[in-house]
This record gives sequence, structure tokens and C-alpha cells, in this order.
Amino acid sequence: MKNSDQSLPGLYIHVPFCKSKCPYCDFYSITSLSLIPAWLSGIKKEVLIYKDRFGYFDSLYLGGGTPTIISEPDLIHLVDYLFTHFYFSPDSEISIEANPDDITQEKLKLLRNLGINRISLGAQSFNDYDLLYLSRRHTVLQTRRVIEMIRSAGFTNLGIDLMYGLNGQTETDWCKTLESAVDYKPEHISCYQLTIKKGTPFKQKKFKPLNESKERSLFMSTSALLEQAGYLHYEVSNFAREEKYICRHNAKYWNHTPYLGLGPSAHSFSPNQRWWNVKSLNKYCELLQKNRPPRAGTESLTEEQLQLEYLCLGLRTSAGIDRRFLNNLSALKELTDAKLVSIKGGRVVPTREGFLFADSIPLLLSE
Amino acid sequence: MEPINDQTIIRNFSIIAHIDHGKSTLADRLLELTGAVSAREMTPQYLDKMDLERERGITIKAQTVSLAYQALDGKTYRLNLIDTPGHMDFSYEVSRSLAACEGALLVVDATQGIEAQTLANLDLALENKLKIIPVINKIDLPQADPQRVKEEIELLLGVDSAEIMEVSAKSGTNVHIVLEAIVKRIPAPSGKKDNPLSALIFDSWYDTYQGVIVLIRVFEGKIFPGMRIKLFASNNEYEVNRVGIFSPAAKDTEGLSTGEVGFIIAGIKNLRDIQVGDTITDACQPTIKPFPGFQELKPMVFCGVYPSFPEQYNPLREALEKLRLNDSSFTFEPENSVALGFGFHCGFLGLLHKEIIQERLEREFNLDLVSTAPNVVYTVTTLKGDIVKIESPDQLPPPQEIAHIAEPYILASIPTPVKYLGEILKLCEEKRGMQRDLKYLSPEKVVLKYEIPLNEVVWDFNDRLKSLSRGYASFDYEFLDFRNSSMVKLDLLLNGSKIDALSLLVPKEKAYYIGKGLVEKIRKIIPRHLFEVVIQAAIGSKVIARDSIPPLRKNVTAKCYGGDITRKRKLLEKQKEGKKRMKQVGKISIPQEAFLSILKVS
Repeated sequence: MKNSDQSLPGLYIHVPFCKSKCPYCDFYSITSLSLIPAWLSGIKKEVLIYKDRFGYFDSLYLGGGTPTIISEPDLIHLVDYLFTHFYFSPDSEISIEANPDDITQEKLKLLRNLGINRISLGAQSFNDYDLLYLSRRHTVLQTRRVIEMIRSAGFTNLGIDLMYGLNGQTETDWCKTLESAVDYKPEHISCYQLTIKKGTPFKQKKFKPLNESKERSLFMSTSALLEQAGYLHYEVSNFAREEKYICRHNAKYWNHTPYLGLGPSAHSFSPNQRWWNVKSLNKYCELLQKNRPPRAGTESLTEEQLQLEYLCLGLRTSAGIDRRFLNNLSALKELTDAKLVSIKGGRVVPTREGFLFADSIPLLLSE
Repeated sequence: MEPINDQTIIRNFSIIAHIDHGKSTLADRLLELTGAVSAREMTPQYLDKMDLERERGITIKAQTVSLAYQALDGKTYRLNLIDTPGHMDFSYEVSRSLAACEGALLVVDATQGIEAQTLANLDLALENKLKIIPVINKIDLPQADPQRVKEEIELLLGVDSAEIMEVSAKSGTNVHIVLEAIVKRIPAPSGKKDNPLSALIFDSWYDTYQGVIVLIRVFEGKIFPGMRIKLFASNNEYEVNRVGIFSPAAKDTEGLSTGEVGFIIAGIKNLRDIQVGDTITDACQPTIKPFPGFQELKPMVFCGVYPSFPEQYNPLREALEKLRLNDSSFTFEPENSVALGFGFHCGFLGLLHKEIIQERLEREFNLDLVSTAPNVVYTVTTLKGDIVKIESPDQLPPPQEIAHIAEPYILASIPTPVKYLGEILKLCEEKRGMQRDLKYLSPEKVVLKYEIPLNEVVWDFNDRLKSLSRGYASFDYEFLDFRNSSMVKLDLLLNGSKIDALSLLVPKEKAYYIGKGLVEKIRKIIPRHLFEVVIQAAIGSKVIARDSIPPLRKNVTAKCYGGDITRKRKLLEKQKEGKKRMKQVGKISIPQEAFLSILKVS
């Protein structure tokens, strides 16, 4: 991964609309599609707030929600507007999140024409029972068709997002899903263990948490299977077929590279500052109407806080952290003895098992 | 101001009551009615100077205030209200305040009736031969049942119900009648002002600007600025600089005469040069008969007090020294624990005393403290015949040298509604108690007296008593004596290493049960580590209970993008803070809570 000082910032656009809400998702999204125009004019106003502070990006990520829900003219308008007001380096990574149920040939063509060069597909599983359990609107067959469509539309950078640790899913089932994904040789695979978030329908019922041994075993098998298939396990939940397919935009979150997030609930980071927008489209539009930044909060990070973040973010990635950064050598020794981290080329990097303790290790290494 | 020539207009009295029965509110009203403090200046519980006293609603240091009251007979009386602490941990301070009075208002809550401290304080007042004026307070409350409380008091004191006053200190109802009763029923002080000076020291404190301030009651003769005085106990002589009264602000007078109560300042530098209960007399013309003095109370409850952060060791020592200036009843000595580092072994009169000192250390001195479970003082007789006082389990000589161990016993008095009697009897039996008395105050209320080892009480006795009686039973105690019992030292081991701060002396027959409970409790408090943590309770080398905390198998958040970073860092910051407050023993992090958990094994 690149160092923060060499990288350009990334731009994130939050598209808070979905046809229906998935019961495990806690990202901000609403189903009143009639509000899309209001949102779009909000984004345009917000762009103007930051266009002088953030001039040059090398990644754009359209996330959500469901960005592909936006109508053709609106999408064209949005992307044109962004490209008019911000500069993007010629080799920029331009990603969009897509769901198998709202991808069409025409839409893919449009995305290509807009300059989008990476698709992150919310496939979730290659098992129809799992899709039913997750209340997804698509079937495995649809996913398979859409992947072929994406390829034939000329996209050479495809990410497939999967979820595991579902109730009723055996380890064998999960490995089959993984193998199905690998068969398509996607450039990127994200494997998220299902986490129950506050305020989601899954929290209220339905989901029975797995025991730790089961979770552990699923994680270890995932990593082993994908590495066997030639993928790099470069972040706790992320795998890339080659180093160049590491998601450039997401990597910025973990490398302390600046990023600007636009849209309700979007988060931003610009050296030593974090801010986040209000989690309500109404509020968002209202504030912009009054020419005020639609923020819900900001924080300035102290050197100590930056270091703590460096520790906890770095240890989630295979790049690890600079060894010179650590003073607690007895803790480091304990962790290397326990084979949770290793020291490679002056860096402390987590082992596969170390990824499993990414929330414990920073605390142990801090003083 | 001149000293009072006419003794017949002086009344010296205290107010005694169970905690929360309204003693301080009644004092507030008396101050207000006599014009000592205007309603505008009045803050609730005016006499409770320390924040802590006001917040907890209890009086820790005795205070005194002189009131001018014009009675119905047209004469203006000088009423000296000598405040007393309400809790028996401070019975020493109560008894010395009472020794300065001729009478006492016995305040009883109309909704609660007689409680443990009502009885204990009443006993002290009767020992001092005080005239008791019973006052039922809080009659304005809807749940008030003054008739029932009257019956309890009649039975207890053998007084006529007409003598019992019903007031509401809060609203002021009938409080003026109390003032008349003080004048009419409490005798004026006796003693001759022409005799040589004889004054009782009943309190003293250290003031940064004035030095030691001494509260006295003049029994014979007079005292005035410029006089040379002698203290009987130390035989030291001083010259009196200032004499005065509190009304309630300090006010200098030309002197204090027989029967009066007030303060003197006499260039005494160190609080230790003064002994409460001592007699002050005229250096040139000493009295022949000093007061018997008070017996000095020794600390009965001990615990280790450690700074959470090592750099607070010196500030802690300075704070302890400062507190000791005004409280000679607690002790401290440096000690060193493998688990907790450098700290102090402190001795207290009782549990409340311990809590108050600890709270003052944390609040007034901004210290972050860990304190170990309290234990009591034991006397060990060795085979050689030596008697050793043991203030903490690690001072225990090797078992082969011990002839026997004696532990302190207390006499607990527990007034309770009859319906909780069965449960309370069970609790007292479980706590190795022996019943000494059971007396009905009324058909619904009973007073239980039990002899119980103090050791059983410092654990969780009060909490359990309160919970099984829904707060209706109360508890107070006095020290009895030391009795032989079969105690063993129970050690706690984590992955094989002994945690000294968690050792306990326990009765042999309960060791297994306590060991098991302790292991269970610790298991819940210590967080999971990356390795297994084995917890054992052992007597000597014999393990009597064991459990383990399984290692963490996984601890990772699946997603970590934009918004989750702030949340994650905040969580980590919180955990880091928490880690700082944990004690590291080897590789194991032990939360501070663990060092107190022993209290709640049940």
C-alpha cells in the first residue's frame, strides 16, 4: 500500500436510497425515491463548499445505499458535475456499488461511458437460501448473469462482496460460495462476517450469534481458501487478486490518506480532522439551503489520537505498522511469541491469526 | 461581649437522632427562629460544614453554636447547641459532645420510629445523665404515624406521652415549643464561678491560620484572654490568646464563665498536643479534680489504600497526613503489595469512617484510589506466648507458630419490623452471631441484640440487612471483646501466582464456601485474555476451589470504514483508560473492582 503522503485524496458520494432496506444493514438509506432530486441538488451545493479545499483526487467511490438506483440522466448529471468541479488524476479508480437486481446491459454501458472502471457487486452469497435469509432481492442465477454482463461490458476490475457467519450456513456451504466467486476470477473479494448492528431488524430477532470457535474457524478457512486461490489477504475482510487490485479508495481509510465524503451521513478526513454529516436527508438539505455545511460533528485529532488510529488501522492490514513506532517491546515479544504478529522488513504485521485479534492487539501494544 | 454572669440563663444541649431523622433540619430551624441565621443566609443543614457532610446528610465533626432566645417568661436565654455526629462509628465524638451538655433532644422520625442509632445515642445520653426531651419529627409527611412512634418512645423511656413533642422541622410546625421545652426542662449548668478553672475539651481542630482551635465547656471558674492555662494530660502550659463563641460565626468574647461553651485559641501548634476529654485549668491555681477523660478508641477496621497511578503515592501520603490533623482516630502506615505496589495500610473506627475518609481523599485531594477489602484487627497468641496484633492477613505468623487467634466481637442492635424478623435471624446465624436479646418495642417492632464477629459485619452485612428488610431494619454496634476462633488464611492464585492483596482471614468452617464464592466472583471480573486464566483459592498449599477464564478466540470488527474509525478510536481510548486503571500482575490485567469483590461473596 502507498504511504499517505504520496497519495491523493479520495472522494466518496453517499447515495442514501434503496428499493427496500436489508435487515442487517445499518448504513443510512431511505426508500422514498422521490427525494432523489433534492439529494442531488444538495450534493451539488456541498461540492461547492469543498471545491477549493479539495482540488485533486485519484479515487471516486459511489456508495450507498444503492447508487445504481439513480436514473440515467441524474447519474450523468452527477458525474459531470463532479468532474467539472474537481480534478481527478487520469489513472483514477472510479468505483460504484451495484446490486445484481438493478443492473442492466444499458446501465453498464452508461457506467462505462461515464468513466467508471470498477464495480463492487453486492452478491452476498452464491446460495439461494442465504439470499433468502438476508432478504436480498436477487437470486444466484441473477448474480451469475450480471457478472457475465459486467465482464462483457468490458469491466476489468470487479469486486464481489460476500457475507458469512449466517444462521443455517455451514462451513461447507460457505466454502462453496467462496469457490463460486473465485471461479469468476474477480479482481477483488470482500468477505464480511455478519455483524449485528444496533437498530437493525436483525438485532431485534432472527439472528443467533455464532460461538467464537465457529467464527474463528470460518475466518481461518476463508483466508486459507482465498490465499490458496492466489488472493492477497490485505485487510481483515478484504482480498485482492494482485497488489494493483487493492481497492485504492478503501485503502485511504486505513492509511490516513485524506478523503472527502459528500451526502448525508458521509464521513471525511483531512489531515488531523474528521467530520461527519447529518444522518438525515431532510436535515442535510435544510442546512445546505441555509448555506451551512451539513455536518453533525467534527473533531481535531491530537498527535496521540492519530498514533492510536495508526496503530489500530495499520494492524488491520497486511502492511502492518512501522516497528520503530512501538515502545512496548515486552508486549511485542509476547505477541510474536504467540504468533499473532511477525516482524518483516522493519514492520510489525499481523499474521492470519493476528487478524482475528485486530481489536485486542492495539490495546496490548499501546502503553 | 462579656462572659455570662447569670448561670441560670444558660442551657447546654445536643440533638441526637438516627441518620436522616431530621437532626440537622431541626438545628436549621432553631438557628432561624432565634435569629442566629436569617432565612436568606440559610443553606440547608447549616452546621454541616464539609460538603461531604451536607451531601451524605450526616455530621462528621461536632459543631457548636450559641443561640440567644427570648422565652415566654421574658428573659433572654443563651442556648448552646452542641451538634453530634449521627453514626456509631463516631460514638466517641458523640459521647464527648454529650459530656458537655445537660440535656438532649431525642429526635425520632414519625414515619420510621425508633432505629438503631436512636437507641445507641440514647444509651450514651443516659450514661451522661442528660435530661431527654423526646421530639417526633416529620409529622407533616403523609406516611407519618406519630401515635405509634409515641407508644414506642413511651415504652422505651417510660415518659408520659404529654412530654413528647410533635414537630415538623421542615415546615417549622411546633418548633417554637421545642425552644420553650429546652428552657423549661433542661437544667441550668451547676458549678461555681469562683472556683478554680475546670473546663472540658470536647473537640479540637486545626486551622491553617489560627493553629489549633479548642472547643471547651467551662464547668467551674472562668477563662479569659491572657490567662495562663495548664492541660492536665500533657502538663503543658499555654497562654490564652482568644476566647469566643460561635453564633454561628466565630465571635470573640471577654471570656467564658461557668456553664458556658465556646472556643479558645492558645498558640497550640499541633493537634497532637491536645487530647480531647482533657481538663483545662488555671496554671497558677489548678483545680484538684480533673475529668476522667475519654477512653481513646482504637481503629478496628483496616484496609490497604493504594494510588491507582504510582505517581500519586506522595500526594496520597500528604493527603493522609492532612486528614489526620483533624481526625486522630484513623491511622496509616506505608505498605507494599506485589499486586498493587506502594500504598498505605489504614485503620478506621468502622466502615462508615472508612468510606468517609476514602471519599474525602478522592474528592478533596483529587486522588484515584484502589482500596483492598476491609479486614479487622486480630490478636494472635504464639506458642512462645507472645501476643501479636494482626492488621492484615500477610502479617500472620506461620501456622506452626500460632497457638490461637482471637477476633473482635461486637454487640449489634437491630431494630426491625417484626415481619422481617425471621430473615434477619437467619442472616445473623449465618454470620456466626449469638443472640443475646430480643425485645418488642411495639407489636410491630422488635429490637434484636446479637453478638457477632466484627469480621462478618465488614463484609456485606449491612447491604444484606437492608435488602432483606427493604430498608426497614437498621443496624448499629458497639465493640465487645476479643474471642478465640479458628481462622485460616485464604489465598487467591492467578495462573499459579499468589495475589497478596486478595488474601483473607476467614473462619475455618466457612473457608470452602468463601473460597468458592471468591473464585466465582473473580472469574466474572477479570476480562478474557489471549490465554487461559486459572483462578484458584487455596489454604496453604491446598487448593480448595478452582475455575478458569477461557481465552479469547477472536476479537475483530468485520468492517472498518469512514464512520467507524472515530467510533473505534473512541472505544480504544476508553479501553486504554480502563487498562490504566487495571493492575498488571504478570501478564494478567486485574480490574480494581476485583480488590473489593471479596466484600460481596455471599
